[in-house]
Amino acid sequence: MAAPQEALTADEVILTGKDGASINAYQVEPAGDGPFGGVLVIHHLPGWDSGTKEITRRFAAHGYNAICPNLYARQGLDVDPDDAAAATREAGGVPDGQFVDDATVAVETLRALPTSNGKVGVIGYCSGGRHAFLTAVSVPVDAAVDCYGAFVTGTVPEGFPLKVTPLVGRTGDLRCPLLGLFGNDDQFPTPEHVDELEAALKDAGKPYEFHRYDGAGHAFFSVDRPAYRPEAAVDGWQRIFDFFGTHLEA
Amino acid sequence: MCSYLTVPTDIAGSAKGAQGWFNVTSAQVYFDHPYHAPFDHTLNIDFADPARGPGARVAVELSADSARRLVASITEALAAAGAAAS
Repeated sequence: MAAPQEALTADEVILTGKDGASINAYQVEPAGDGPFGGVLVIHHLPGWDSGTKEITRRFAAHGYNAICPNLYARQGLDVDPDDAAAATREAGGVPDGQFVDDATVAVETLRALPTSNGKVGVIGYCSGGRHAFLTAVSVPVDAAVDCYGAFVTGTVPEGFPLKVTPLVGRTGDLRCPLLGLFGNDDQFPTPEHVDELEAALKDAGKPYEFHRYDGAGHAFFSVDRPAYRPEAAVDGWQRIFDFFGTHLEA
Repeated sequence: MCSYLTVPTDIAGSAKGAQGWFNVTSAQVYFDHPYHAPFDHTLNIDFADPARGPGARVAVELSADSARRLVASITEALAAAGAAAS
């Protein structure tokens, strides 16, 4: 019998980081026996917020096991996500090595689910877009989606509060197809930053698919912000599900 | 843009948060994506005592215009108080 439409189960789970830290994660599983592909959802700089959890549920509603780890969990599991984000920001952000370890644990968790088909993709928005790229060059995943991630290319401004470095030099390490969704009015990344990434992908012979939207800037998927652009967001979601449908099927 | 420059300053005073009143020792001021306010970017101020942990924080997220008006209001109030506020 087919599973009920968009039925799912959502819960908070505790992962154990490579450093032994407890990491809370929002895990959502579709109803039914599967097998399902998995999606690692990376939250944006403002933290492990309700908007990102809603995105996580959306993937489960479309038939994917989905997990969104709290990248700021080391501030304390009982700390409000917004307070954890502020404290992490003040500390200079999450080190890339720590992020990669946490992403690895989350990907392993998805693959270990009894309903998993063994395939896992990653998606991130804003700073999470950079993290999605970082995952794709560091962790064995099957598909990656970068939604307007800044500082994959370009130059980090002097005095920038986060200790981030561009990743374009690691394009040769990309392990999977990359879908990129960008607004042409964005300042971080600008269309020129996107051009730089596209050129690096071509030079490295890596499979990618970019879509760039006129009349859209940063965060055009954010439904509760003035930046929301329905045409770009609706098309973008369709591209995402087509992409994952192609690469995350068993 | 994910993040702009943070301008921290030491402060002395108190703030009332989820756990009641506490002393605040720092203010982090930055213009960035808000957590709650329905704007693309806001002027954010975290009044905090980092020594007491991440939860010892009172946060405000203000539109840019609101923040400018607040600066003017603070300046005006301090000026009206004169020597008492020095």
